[in-house]
Amino acid sequence: MSKVHVSTTVNGDAVEFLCESDETLLDVLRDRLNLTGAKEGCGTGDCGACSVSLDGRLVCSCLVLGAEVEGSAIETVEGVATEDALHPIQRHLLENAALQCGICTPGIVVAAKALLQKHPDPTEEEVRYWLAGNLCRCTGYDKIIRAVLSAAAEMRGASA
Amino acid sequence: MTKQTFKILGSRPIRPDGVEKVTGKALFGADKSVSGMLHARILRSPHAHAEIVSIDTGKAEALAGVKAVITGDDFAPVENQETLYTMQNCMAQGRALYDGHAVAAVAATSRKIAGEALSLIEVRYKTLPHVTDVDEAMKPGAPLLHEGVKGRHLGDDVSGNTVSYCRFGHGDVEAGFAGADKIVERSFKTAAAHQGYIEPHACLADLGADGRGDLWCSTQGHYLVRETCAEIMQMEASQLRVTASEIGGGFGGKTTIFIEPVALMLSRKAGKPVKVVMNRDEVFRASGPTMSSSMDIKIGMRKDGKITAAQARLRYQGGAFPYEMVSMGAMSAFAAYDLEHVQTEGWDVMTNRPKMISYRAPGAPMAVYAVESVVDELCRTLELDPLDTRLKNAAREGVKSSYGPRFKAIGLVECLEAARAHPHYSAPLAANTGRGVSCGFWFNFGGQVSVSMAINTDGTVNLIEGNPDIGGSRASISMMAAEALGIPLGRVRTTIGDTASIGFSDTTDGSRVTFAVGIATINAANAAIREMCKRAAKIWEIDEDAVEWVDGAAQPAGHNAGDFPPMSLAEIAATSGKTGGPIAGHHEGAPDKAGVSFGVHLVDVEVDPETGFTAIKRYTAFQDAGKAIHPAYVEGQIQGGVVQGIGWALNEEYVYGTDGRLQNPGFLDYRIPVASDLPMIDAVIIEVPNPGHPFGVRGVGETSIVPPLAAVSNGVAQAIGQRLFELPMSPPKILKAIS
Amino acid sequence: MARVVIFGSLRAYTDGVGEVEIAASTTRALLKELARRYPGLREVIEAGVSLAIDGEVFKEAWFTPIGEDSEVVVMPLMVGG
Repeated sequence: MSKVHVSTTVNGDAVEFLCESDETLLDVLRDRLNLTGAKEGCGTGDCGACSVSLDGRLVCSCLVLGAEVEGSAIETVEGVATEDALHPIQRHLLENAALQCGICTPGIVVAAKALLQKHPDPTEEEVRYWLAGNLCRCTGYDKIIRAVLSAAAEMRGASA
Repeated sequence: MTKQTFKILGSRPIRPDGVEKVTGKALFGADKSVSGMLHARILRSPHAHAEIVSIDTGKAEALAGVKAVITGDDFAPVENQETLYTMQNCMAQGRALYDGHAVAAVAATSRKIAGEALSLIEVRYKTLPHVTDVDEAMKPGAPLLHEGVKGRHLGDDVSGNTVSYCRFGHGDVEAGFAGADKIVERSFKTAAAHQGYIEPHACLADLGADGRGDLWCSTQGHYLVRETCAEIMQMEASQLRVTASEIGGGFGGKTTIFIEPVALMLSRKAGKPVKVVMNRDEVFRASGPTMSSSMDIKIGMRKDGKITAAQARLRYQGGAFPYEMVSMGAMSAFAAYDLEHVQTEGWDVMTNRPKMISYRAPGAPMAVYAVESVVDELCRTLELDPLDTRLKNAAREGVKSSYGPRFKAIGLVECLEAARAHPHYSAPLAANTGRGVSCGFWFNFGGQVSVSMAINTDGTVNLIEGNPDIGGSRASISMMAAEALGIPLGRVRTTIGDTASIGFSDTTDGSRVTFAVGIATINAANAAIREMCKRAAKIWEIDEDAVEWVDGAAQPAGHNAGDFPPMSLAEIAATSGKTGGPIAGHHEGAPDKAGVSFGVHLVDVEVDPETGFTAIKRYTAFQDAGKAIHPAYVEGQIQGGVVQGIGWALNEEYVYGTDGRLQNPGFLDYRIPVASDLPMIDAVIIEVPNPGHPFGVRGVGETSIVPPLAAVSNGVAQAIGQRLFELPMSPPKILKAIS
Repeated sequence: MARVVIFGSLRAYTDGVGEVEIAASTTRALLKELARRYPGLREVIEAGVSLAIDGEVFKEAWFTPIGEDSEVVVMPLMVGG
């Protein structure tokens, strides 16, 4: 069976690749495009470590086929910081010691960014439910939630 | 120990590996690729217990793209018994001992082709009777896992699956029970749990035709990986260089090997680098979960709350190979108590389940769950305050522990008093809500370390050490180095060397790294300081002994020595090429005197009477850290362990069918806590310095998983007015109890 | 003379004796003497034990000094996770 040819945009750059028809977007990102920020924690959409943004929608890239993203815009964790600076979410995660091993962190960064784009002033409960699809085994979530809330405050222009 | 003041220790700098991790740059086990790399897949037994009659790999080997196929026949015998069991766990020889046991492996040009090759391997099995329950496995006549490994001095009343027996204690428990006003005797069961690290096991092996090998892997101990793999592959240690990737969680589960020998053997056979990554299904079925348990506890108490006698019998099953772990549980069970009469017995048992490996505080959470539940029941029956009762019986300095030695300085009483005084303890309780209390304990130890510190000519420092960083230790080590040298933290960079770059280090476990690597770092810094003072003395033309090190600079020790302005580390380093060569300090050692760590937890739980769902409403954890080098990382360790314990208490369990197969090998049905399950976790750090460490450090990484099981269970008991005796207390089980 | 306390199940190898007195100045010398007096303990000692000297736990070092009147408790080898 011959591979599928896909043209898409990743982190703002035009990208072309060939992939198998049954290859996931996660595998394409990691194995063909060398973007290893998205992680495979489960392969079944239960852990959120593979989270990316697809046409502005938060998805698990392990549940999307590489062949499906023709003409789409994908943002991965590698595209969150600008050339000059870290995104406030990334900064606040660091300042709040909200990561230990860091394997869930890319997914959290992408998911939190998607949340704050949609709901710039979430309550603690809303943050917790939004991030319920991102498993973390190290932190117990406490410092992650604090970091997202304080990043949200900074992004709204309010005092942290 | 007098209270020390520190410039850097106790502050909260940003971790040095942080930017890499928030931008996705950090490389974990599966993130590395090399040209010419092959991909591997592993064929696993679908039977809980079976003789492997034959394996025909011919069709798989013939498939285009397949470069190597291996089975247990490819592995030569090893002398060391422990290594042999590890090897046979990585690849079955003769018999498949559990559902998921590896029986063959393929390396091919793509993962897809490797997967196709698996389906072409023809294995003929002859299924055998299996056993997965600990008590069933102990019964005489149970299906036998291995011959001739029964624990010595064990009688015919237990099966040959019972591989060890231990007993601890002192006094006369029968006399003690005779003096009690109330005795409670209960039996408990806990299910097996998995450490649940989000990163599956992954490695990349490259074994060249010259016999030299490179192995990249996600591990808590790359020296241990080198040792075990070198033995299995019949290589010399110096020929195998192991590099530890960033590790996506371990918690004890990555202190052994599962796929590394498979990768190395495939690489040897194919003559190419081979990448092996477990998927989540394989992680659950074929890595190392914790033990499940069946326990009997009997405690006697006087009306005034004094415990007169305590007895525990612990039966643990640890999977399909001989092992020893129940002794850690038996020693921890009553550690929080000052007892005149105490006895604990333990048995380790084999079953047709994956080979266990450590979780945090291995063996302790189950035992303490059972003991603290009975203490709670006694308090409620006698209408005594749970914290006051624990204070009355608390272990203190000088007390003979239930496992033998007398305690040195410990912080249990301080934790109990802090809990007693905390607003959480006196806050009113809502409807359907109960408050649970539990103590917890864990040993810490030192172990072998190597540290090398180079002083660069621009005044910065590069430190190499040998312990994979699972909790933020690079930050704490840099902090201790900067503190000892007297320089700003930003000038120190700590990296983890591969096995070829620095001497041996024991695995990152046992809550030992901040303590042991810390001591080595301080010693290495002192060695560098001595050398820098020598150089200053030479420059000033005065005696070596007349130079001292203050605030990051060499200065004459008193006016008699001379009137020279201090020379900073940077100034001395700048001319090192001319004063004798590069300046460095190193230290290798095996420090002891790690001290133990106690904790006390308070939790409020609300049980929904219609669904049986338990919500954690409020959680406060107190833990003695000795000295918190980086308080945010100590809090992080406490919070992480608390939440793992909550999961173990409420939802996490290995579910086996009657066919002996694991029914829930995925994150959907092996349900770990998610963000919406939890409130903020208040971590209160208590500091009773450990006299065995220059800065007072105690290990903190494990103790926090010990109290939550009982704390949550005790809270649920109060909320619903009755007690469950099995974990996890999932909603169906709670509903059944209250209906 | 150091007072050596042997934990419960190991007493099966010492004919039930739970406490012995041994003159030794290092942990290695003490374990050697213990194995000599009770050959049944040799296998356990060779597999590895930890020792607590006056309350301080030492994982496995050979040359840790032992004081004249120390209490030494024989414990299982320390493991962590």
